[in-house]
Amino acid sequence: MSSLGFVMLCHTALHRAAQVARHWAERDCPVVIHVDRQVTRVRYDAFRRELADLDNVRFSNRLRCEWGTWSLVQASQTAAELLLSEFPAVRHVYLASGSCLPLRPVDELRSYLAARPMTDFIESVTIRDVDWTVGGLNDERFKLRFPFSWKRRRFLFDAYVELQRKLGYRRKLPEGITPHLGSQWWCLTRQTLTAILQDPRRSALERYFSLVWIPDESYYQTLARNYARNIESRSLTLSKFDFQGKPHVFYDDHLHLLRRSDCFVARKIWPRANRLYNTFLTDDAAINRMAEPAPGKIDRVFSRTLERRTRGRPGLYMHSRFPYPDWENGKTAAPYSVFHGFNSLFVDFESWLARRLGTVVHGNIFDPRRARFVGDVPIYAGCLSSNATMRDYNPEHFLTNLIWNTRGELQTFMFGPRDSQRIGSFMASDSNAQISVITGAWAVPLYLSNRNFAEIRTEAALLQRREIDFVNTLRHVKSRADIRIWTLAEFIEEPMENLQSILDAAEGANALRLTEAPRMADLSGFAAFLQSLKNQGMNPMTVGDFPQEGLVHRPPGDRNRPYLVN
Amino acid sequence: MPAPLFAALAAQNPPLRCSPIFAYRMRWKRRRLIWRALRRRHDLSRLRVDEGAIAAAPLLAFATIRNEMERLPFFLAHHRALGVGHFLIVDNASTDGSDSYLAAQPDVSVWRTDASYKLARFGVDWLMCLKFKFGAGKWCLTLDADEALILPGGRSLGALVTHLAATGRPSFGAVMIDAYPKGPVNEGHYQPGTTPFDHLCWFDGDGYRAQRHRVFDNLWVQGGVRERVFFQDQPARAPTLNKTPLVHWRRGYAYVTSTHQMLPRRLNHVFDTGAPTGVLLHSKFLPQIAAKSAEELTRRQHFQNSALYEDYHQRLISGPVLWHAASRRYHGPTQLEQLGLMSAGDWQ
Repeated sequence: MSSLGFVMLCHTALHRAAQVARHWAERDCPVVIHVDRQVTRVRYDAFRRELADLDNVRFSNRLRCEWGTWSLVQASQTAAELLLSEFPAVRHVYLASGSCLPLRPVDELRSYLAARPMTDFIESVTIRDVDWTVGGLNDERFKLRFPFSWKRRRFLFDAYVELQRKLGYRRKLPEGITPHLGSQWWCLTRQTLTAILQDPRRSALERYFSLVWIPDESYYQTLARNYARNIESRSLTLSKFDFQGKPHVFYDDHLHLLRRSDCFVARKIWPRANRLYNTFLTDDAAINRMAEPAPGKIDRVFSRTLERRTRGRPGLYMHSRFPYPDWENGKTAAPYSVFHGFNSLFVDFESWLARRLGTVVHGNIFDPRRARFVGDVPIYAGCLSSNATMRDYNPEHFLTNLIWNTRGELQTFMFGPRDSQRIGSFMASDSNAQISVITGAWAVPLYLSNRNFAEIRTEAALLQRREIDFVNTLRHVKSRADIRIWTLAEFIEEPMENLQSILDAAEGANALRLTEAPRMADLSGFAAFLQSLKNQGMNPMTVGDFPQEGLVHRPPGDRNRPYLVN
Repeated sequence: MPAPLFAALAAQNPPLRCSPIFAYRMRWKRRRLIWRALRRRHDLSRLRVDEGAIAAAPLLAFATIRNEMERLPFFLAHHRALGVGHFLIVDNASTDGSDSYLAAQPDVSVWRTDASYKLARFGVDWLMCLKFKFGAGKWCLTLDADEALILPGGRSLGALVTHLAATGRPSFGAVMIDAYPKGPVNEGHYQPGTTPFDHLCWFDGDGYRAQRHRVFDNLWVQGGVRERVFFQDQPARAPTLNKTPLVHWRRGYAYVTSTHQMLPRRLNHVFDTGAPTGVLLHSKFLPQIAAKSAEELTRRQHFQNSALYEDYHQRLISGPVLWHAASRRYHGPTQLEQLGLMSAGDWQ
């Protein structure tokens, strides 16, 4: 005779319940099954016939069960009583449901329990210490009355709870009771269970618990505290709940996960998970490892689920994730660097920076003609087209797509007042953006160009206006990017120090010192150029206070030599 | 300090229209759509209809087809394996024996019509009639014959709808991904009955854009290979890729354009963070595309702007190469999940 017996509460997927019951019964574990009264007579009879050949399977009286009500406790009480009286050798009673699946051979469970003959495995935590419930009633479930079904009479349920709160009604706890909560799937010793079932105050306690909210999570959990000698406050059944309090369902693709958990029983299993049922119900030859159940091993997966459910993957905009603006939890997927005006001031800035960072450095990807990806390719990673019309149709998604698709590679690109400006506010409000700006650098290519001065003047005015807009956006209160702004005059005073500070911020404090300088455009005569702009009535104020005498401390012959800062 | 660019950004994201008057207009629009669809019921004649089997199946698939003999065997096999209980198909004047092939299937009910596809709102009206009659209270999957629904985790539809019901979601969204071959689209060979995605094994992993639709509040996804190759200069006209193919149907529901948008508008909310979404793998670019495009040019039954699509069809006939070195080879549902094209959400 076996020392381990099972109580099963079934209401759907009876063929699976029958399979599991047979598995246990054939391995010499008596099983008492309670089938919900709502199951039709025909299906119930078929279910009984399926198990008729097993002499250690019994069926307890059927009750109508509803989630969250006392009927579930009643069902387990009658079934447990039947099990205890019919099978006197049973030492441990294991409460399971019809959608449970044993993950380890019964013999392992039996010897595990035999080694702990006086231990009750029931999760039981006080409500004072732990917020057990997910977004629901916590201690009110013991202090209010819940006569209405939450599933069918939601309005009455809510209204009655509200009424009791308004009136300040509080139930009196029966004497000697400290409310505890826990998973409704337990494994109790005969001693504890009979003590609960044969309690002289049982009817009084039942009257109290029958109006508690979800009593199957509190009845045994509370009373076991009064009678058990040795409580292990954990369930041997692996059962997970999502953040809405719905049980997590296991599918075929969870096979390896379930194996790794080393738990004895898992719920809830998808009834059509053939692979799970075939694997775990036939595989009795598993090695007897006597490992401790370790549900923590798979908690990772569930925390990931929660993360996905509530926050999603940062920087992903797709059918599978489209947050409201400003609720993105990361507007882009990874940090990136934007250099505004640098490639106007330095002749070979992109290639210098690529050498320096050892990563991809794009040109002006918001160039109005086409996106200048690195190497000027027409289509970049993940089939992102360089077509300007397509890009400007939705530049925000163009950028988020680029960052999302190159996760793991730092993206760096150039920007300037000649580019499409709409992306500016998006970058400014993105905490992943590192934006370095040299204002007034747009004047350098104008100075070097060989164009009519009237044209230059018009364009200078336009570029300056755009740049001021961009800088104002960066300085706006909504800005979250890491922003550095210099005027051209400020920047060229100490170009290497300034570049170093940008790279330090991008790479962390351990960045190497710069040994090679980018080549600056020839600025001799630039001051005179600025002055003639001023004389034409166009004040290039974003350039800053450019020294009239030009770059005094930078002799022209020095420019191509690597510039050592050490 | 003024920040004109922030103001510009706000102007580009206009608020959803949601006044009570607007809601009432939408209500009437929905009624009009249903009414219009029901008037088309006389278009359909029964070829083989198994009402008992339809009533018994919890999960129905609906499609309008025309000359799809090449794709039907795989289409049926793929969705059967996914867990569709019964197929309800409207055959729009096929001449290649599609109708008799379908009528010979045990789990397919076929209606036939010779009426105009365009006047029936590209088949939507016909399928809405069928859903009105047979789909109420069931999960209804509406597809084209060249679409294959891919679910996250490679799980079955039965498991999905149980999860959707448990989490209180009446609809399920999917994004359409075009699969294409490595060479010119009109070359190569496809053996009917096998998976077309052995031949069409490439797709664009990125380059999709989304915005909220102001009127219907659906997520309007565009982009992908068809935009990259054919609609570069008019991205606003590029094909819409978001769909809501799976719905727990009620008689008051209506599809507005294809399965892209629905009324009531809450059914379009399939993209909230955490919602599972799928992919409709699109086998449009099988070698026979050139012949089909040529036929389309003469029939002119396709989409609103037949003129706009003329150039598109002309180019398809010439057999362009859609493949690019940055294209991705299709490996399965896990890959699509990693790319962010679909997500298991809380259905882990």
